Amino acid sequence: MSVLELRGLTKSFGGVHAVRDVSFSIGKGEFLAMIGPNGAGKSTCFNMINGQLAPDSGEILVEGRNIAGLAPRDIWRLGVGRTFQVAATFGSMTVIENVQVALISHARETYRLWRPAASHHRARALELLAQVNMQDAADRPSRELAYGDVKRVELAIALANDPKLLLMDEPTAGMGAGERHGLIELVKRLVVERGISVLFTEHSMDVVFAFADRIIVLARGRLIADGNAATIRDNAQVREVYFGTGKTFAGAAP
Amino acid sequence: MTLNAFLFQILNGLSSASGLFLIAAGLSLIFGVTRIVNLAHGSLYMLGTYIAYTFATKIGGVTGFWGGIIATALIVGLLGALIEIVLLRRIYRAPELFQLLATFALVLVINDAALWLWGPADLLGPRAPGFRGAVEILGRRLPTYDLFLIVIGPLVLLALHLTLTRTRFGRLIRAATQDREMVGALGVNQAVLFTSVFALGAALAGLGGALQIAREPANLATDLIALGDAFVVVVVGGMGSIPGAYLAAVIIAEVRALCVGIGTVDFGFVTINFSKFTLVAEFLVMAIVLIVRPFGLLGKAQGAVRSIAEPEEPIRPATPMLKALGVVVLVGLLCLPLLAQGSPYLLVLGIDVLIAVIFATSLHFIMGPGGMHSFGHAAYFGLGAYGAALLVKWLALPMGVALIAAPLLALCGALLFGWFAVRLSGVYLAMLTLAFAQIVWAAVFQWEGFTGGSNGVIGVWPPAPFDKSWAYFLLTLVLAVAAVLLLRRFLFAPFGYAMRAGRDSPLRAEAIGIDVKRVHWLAFGVAGLVCGIGGGLFAFAKGSISPETIHINRSIDGLVMVLLGGVQTLTGPIAGASVFAVLHDTVMRQTEYWRALMGAIILLLVLTFPQGIVGAFASLWRKAGGRL
Ligand SMILES: Nc1ncnc2c1ncn2[C@@H]1O[C@H](COP(=O)(O)OP(=O)(O)O)[C@@H](O)[C@H]1O
Ligand SMILES: [Mg+2]
Repeated sequence: MSVLELRGLTKSFGGVHAVRDVSFSIGKGEFLAMIGPNGAGKSTCFNMINGQLAPDSGEILVEGRNIAGLAPRDIWRLGVGRTFQVAATFGSMTVIENVQVALISHARETYRLWRPAASHHRARALELLAQVNMQDAADRPSRELAYGDVKRVELAIALANDPKLLLMDEPTAGMGAGERHGLIELVKRLVVERGISVLFTEHSMDVVFAFADRIIVLARGRLIADGNAATIRDNAQVREVYFGTGKTFAGAAP
Repeated sequence: MTLNAFLFQILNGLSSASGLFLIAAGLSLIFGVTRIVNLAHGSLYMLGTYIAYTFATKIGGVTGFWGGIIATALIVGLLGALIEIVLLRRIYRAPELFQLLATFALVLVINDAALWLWGPADLLGPRAPGFRGAVEILGRRLPTYDLFLIVIGPLVLLALHLTLTRTRFGRLIRAATQDREMVGALGVNQAVLFTSVFALGAALAGLGGALQIAREPANLATDLIALGDAFVVVVVGGMGSIPGAYLAAVIIAEVRALCVGIGTVDFGFVTINFSKFTLVAEFLVMAIVLIVRPFGLLGKAQGAVRSIAEPEEPIRPATPMLKALGVVVLVGLLCLPLLAQGSPYLLVLGIDVLIAVIFATSLHFIMGPGGMHSFGHAAYFGLGAYGAALLVKWLALPMGVALIAAPLLALCGALLFGWFAVRLSGVYLAMLTLAFAQIVWAAVFQWEGFTGGSNGVIGVWPPAPFDKSWAYFLLTLVLAVAAVLLLRRFLFAPFGYAMRAGRDSPLRAEAIGIDVKRVHWLAFGVAGLVCGIGGGLFAFAKGSISPETIHINRSIDGLVMVLLGGVQTLTGPIAGASVFAVLHDTVMRQTEYWRALMGAIILLLVLTFPQGIVGAFASLWRKAGGRL
């Protein structure tokens, strides 16, 4: 069974058809890239999968269970983690506290009133931070971090509930080329090690073609292609969409 | 009620609706363009009543009355422009909490100015020339002036609508309301637009006030009553929507009129006087609208919540130095009864300070870490105080029971109101909490048979040994210390972290399984509970309570205490409450114009000292290389 399967997912805002009849699925441990020009509907897709938006119609199956319309927190409990296009951490907390809050929530200890939060799951939080190479910054205020580091912390937070599926909306936005490769490589390693399925969006074609197991392409809300790097590169419709926006695949060859 | 009586009440309601609409429309218009909730809007309305009264009596006749009304609208409009230029311009970029406080400072200053200019007595204006009579409608007599008012509301609505849709000025207003950046892009002089919108809104408030002088006396309490009404209307109709304001004004006014019209009904087993339930009915309307449409009947959902302006330091457990300081203060307080043998007033002051500390820390709990700027915290204080006092009065229960029941009642109130409040954020939450507190205040005021109305409850004295002030002081000290430590404990526990997570980034918090609304709702309850302890203690400390206990001034005092100390620190509210209570009991008692003084303090705080005492101290300390 697929970890995630979308069937005929549709969403419009007023007159704007942001996502139209999109269907695809992700297998276990698959590293799936979703690409498409700005405004194609990628973030809207993510927001529906994680429950932030309710779809107008269509089904979102997580291991066979339809989760369309559930609240984000309930979907998270089913093992779906996410990072945001604009990275969001808890600015008034230290780096490790950010991860601890997620661990506390995962252990269903949110409503505890007595023992200090700082004493909850510290070791596990350090482990997660070590996985994203942020253990040295554990006790720094998270708002002081550089943007790339914030993205890493977000990743550690998203890993706190041992997700089956990780949604990463532009995880490398705002990063330089080197950093970009580093982060995606890190995610790829985690995917392989832990068997997590990842759906991510990414603007850099080198990164996509170098790392993704499979690629799906969205344009004006519709899914126009689904396949491996070679298929996508040769797809006429995809080329048209990308040339149309002034981008080319030049230099993206492996 | 017969059909005729029913229809007559509907007409009555329509005439009141016009008044409500005029206040609410200006508030809504100003918010739409400047994003400032002008708490002084009711004060502009009140000024309208006084100025129009002066014209109508000093000049008199048709010119004095009708000409006076026009002149009043113009004068209040000019005053609005002046306020915008002198004060608001400085705070458009400030956090909204500061904007609200600054405009509240104006409420205080304007109220004292009116007291100084017109004196404390109610001033009843003359009847309107040309509309002195009444017409017979449906077998009853309706004053012709009411008919005039019924017409004026829709007329102003139409005029505003035409201005907004047909003129360049109106198009700019609509553009600014929908998209802030667009105004700059249009190359408009934004300052002029803001000033003129503020003047227009103020003129509407002044007009609304002026039109009332033929019906009701000018009175110094009108400012806050009008403000509360305007908030209810705007919350129901939707912020920024002028037609929404009219629709809501009609609904609220009709509900009120019908409650009065139904009057006393005998159901056989129980007799209910519906005219006493106008406020409850109003509350129900507001609650239903908020459940079905959180942004009001014709309002639009607002975009992302504005984040806290200043980034906040992570909270750290108390350092040994802070702990030592705490112990020193505590020992000092324990010794106070010994020191106070010569001057018993010292203990009274001490009790006031401790109660203020309970009040301020409980408010800070939801306001700082929770990010919910409650403008109605006095409601829970009042529920605690009245709960305790009424149990003593009606059931003659002992103090111990009353002091336990007080926080429980406050908890119930906080859970009820909080359930609605946490669904909103920012200024909407502020307005809603304020409206709720006004409803509690008015309910206590109106329900005279049970609560003693404006006289309050007297004779709530503590039994021996607590009738000695040293004993009562120690009791208060124990409870205050317990409250402060408990809240602090909660903040360091997972619950406190979840609460801050929900404030820092609601999206991220929900995406890691935290039910932000639920956490914030429970926090609201905790704050209400602790605040109720303070309320109960207050009742027995004073021996008597009045609706003052719930007054919006107390809610604002709480905000000032927290800001004075520093909203971003955990010790801030304690320091702020102490300084405030001492100032309040010493300096403020010396002058009749304490409101204006208070207003000046708030403005000073907002404009020059936004970190508060502890915040400023902490940053100095950090600069000097120390850790707190
Ligand atoms: N909350 C919203 N309200 C109205 N329109 C929206 C909203 N979110 C997205 N859209 C519109 O939906 C389309 C898809 O947007 P989005 O999913 O953010 O695209 P992408 O992430 O692929 O750049 C765009 O045209 C965008 O303007
Ligand atoms: Mg996007």
